Amino acid sequence: MQEVTAQPSRIQPVPEASKSNHEVRKRIWRNRWLYVMIAPGLLYFIIFKYLPMYGLIISFQDYKPYNGILGSQWVGMKHFTRLFTEPDFLNILMNTLILFALNIFIYFPIPIILALMLNELRGNFFKRIFQSLLYIPHFMSWVIVVSISFVMVTMDGGIINDLLVFFGFEKINFLLNPSWFRPMYIIQVIWREAGWGTIIYLASIAAIDPGLYEAARMDGAGRLRQIWHITIPAIRGVIVTLFILKIGSVLDLGFEHVYLLLNSMNREVAEIIDTYVYTAGLRQGQFSYSTAIGFFKSIIGLILVMAVNKISKKMGEEGVY
Amino acid sequence: MVEDRSFGGRLFAAVNFTLLAIIALITVLPFIHVVAGSFTTSAELAASKFVLIPKVWSLEAYKFIFSTNTIFRAMGVSVGVTLVGTLVSMFLTALMAYGLSRRDLDGRKVVNFMVVFTMLFHGGMIPTFLVVKELGLIDTYASLIIPSAISAFNMIILRNFFQNIPEGLEESAKIDGCSDFGILFKIVLPLSMPAIATISLFYAVTYWNTYMTAILYLDDSAKWPIQVLLRQIVVLASGMDHSSTLDAAVPPPDQTIKMAVIVVATLPILMVYPFLQKHFAKGAMLGSMKG
Repeated sequence: MQEVTAQPSRIQPVPEASKSNHEVRKRIWRNRWLYVMIAPGLLYFIIFKYLPMYGLIISFQDYKPYNGILGSQWVGMKHFTRLFTEPDFLNILMNTLILFALNIFIYFPIPIILALMLNELRGNFFKRIFQSLLYIPHFMSWVIVVSISFVMVTMDGGIINDLLVFFGFEKINFLLNPSWFRPMYIIQVIWREAGWGTIIYLASIAAIDPGLYEAARMDGAGRLRQIWHITIPAIRGVIVTLFILKIGSVLDLGFEHVYLLLNSMNREVAEIIDTYVYTAGLRQGQFSYSTAIGFFKSIIGLILVMAVNKISKKMGEEGVY
Repeated sequence: MVEDRSFGGRLFAAVNFTLLAIIALITVLPFIHVVAGSFTTSAELAASKFVLIPKVWSLEAYKFIFSTNTIFRAMGVSVGVTLVGTLVSMFLTALMAYGLSRRDLDGRKVVNFMVVFTMLFHGGMIPTFLVVKELGLIDTYASLIIPSAISAFNMIILRNFFQNIPEGLEESAKIDGCSDFGILFKIVLPLSMPAIATISLFYAVTYWNTYMTAILYLDDSAKWPIQVLLRQIVVLASGMDHSSTLDAAVPPPDQTIKMAVIVVATLPILMVYPFLQKHFAKGAMLGSMKG
């Protein structure tokens, strides 16, 4: 290239760009049916994922359904200002963060421990049976999970309250008593997801070289020391990856689950961002305000994923992307 | 795992086994209780508190819930949405996944990024609702399917699977004059049946469990799938609100009836569970691979 510009030759070379351009066009034409295949899917993502992102601009407007997005009045940061001055919102944010903390500190370690326990089982027969039983709840909808617990804890005829009475305790109104909301929430999360959560850990444990255990045993390491010095270090990368993903879902605690547990008596502790968006937005028609709340939540989630990902890369782990 | 025959090793194994057995038992006991309770009379359930195997067997509860067509209709909706939804989702997902699996495709990086980004950031409930509404999908069965037709996660799993198919197979088919659609349907899909089965099951379970989209997009209670009806019957009736939902003339549903509805709503999944488990475990591992 440099030579060409230095001493112009009479024969003009085909410029690089246009040559590759031609090739690209040829390749695109050859692959035209592949584009036809992608088109419906791409259209789906544009309409149902990217159009709503564009719709986030209504959080800077006073959106009125009959005016549409283009005709509604712009109000700048009004809704975001309201967000941070509303005492209600602070309470909801706290509720959301508390449930998030329960997920991180109580739920997150459980599948790891379960996977380590399952891995220590000697026979494959029982391992498979336990796994089958532990996976079942994952396939139940939240409606079913919540329904089963409601049937069990209800005051009139629920087995849990019957047991309490049997052992001489008072009945507890688990469903309406606000202080029981969080324990119920996290127990249901554990019951539904802990077993299923072991799968990825078990898969990465299975990839560990058995020779390592052999060597450790030669050195006189017992089961617990083998777990501590071989198994856990080997699955650390997976733990970090799943932890990042969990952080990313920081404020996505599952609208369905919380909404199903929510009632007028436990609202002060059970109302989280997602349920509030639903109530304020779709029930009360505050489209712009509730969109602002959702927007705030999504941004926080995105920032957290990127931050944790960066930190884990700095610490020498792989990161998610 | 190497056998450890020392005393410490044996004790460790015994404790570990016992704990796991207890945990597994706790996991399934609620189901057993609910199934047992649904097959007995309400008097028996109230009298013998902790039913696991009913002394008196009765189909009373089932007779009651099937005495109106409410449950039948909701089950019909759920079955229909699950069948049609799984087909639609699978078709769209497979097409997109195959297109994106081909390395010589210009622009695939952009599209891949667009898909992954939706997993990290989304417009949220209200803007999505407004889009669905603008499209005129409110109160249609299509609203339970189309707005969630492709799962980014499932698409990526399938794309990774397709990428692992040797390119030589596709090349030789191409030389034989096979079109891209021909390659997909005659070569790639038949080779990918385990992945297709896994992801179809992922979709089917999701559709069967549809609840949120139904309460967001369906106002007409005649169109409710079984999950929404179950919630009406069990959750609302267990709270303060004792208004009956099956029929105004009927008293609030009692325990056996609630249990029977739970069983009916769970049954299809329990029936396919053995099949599910085999494939799902594989699928979850497919998903854990990076690509």
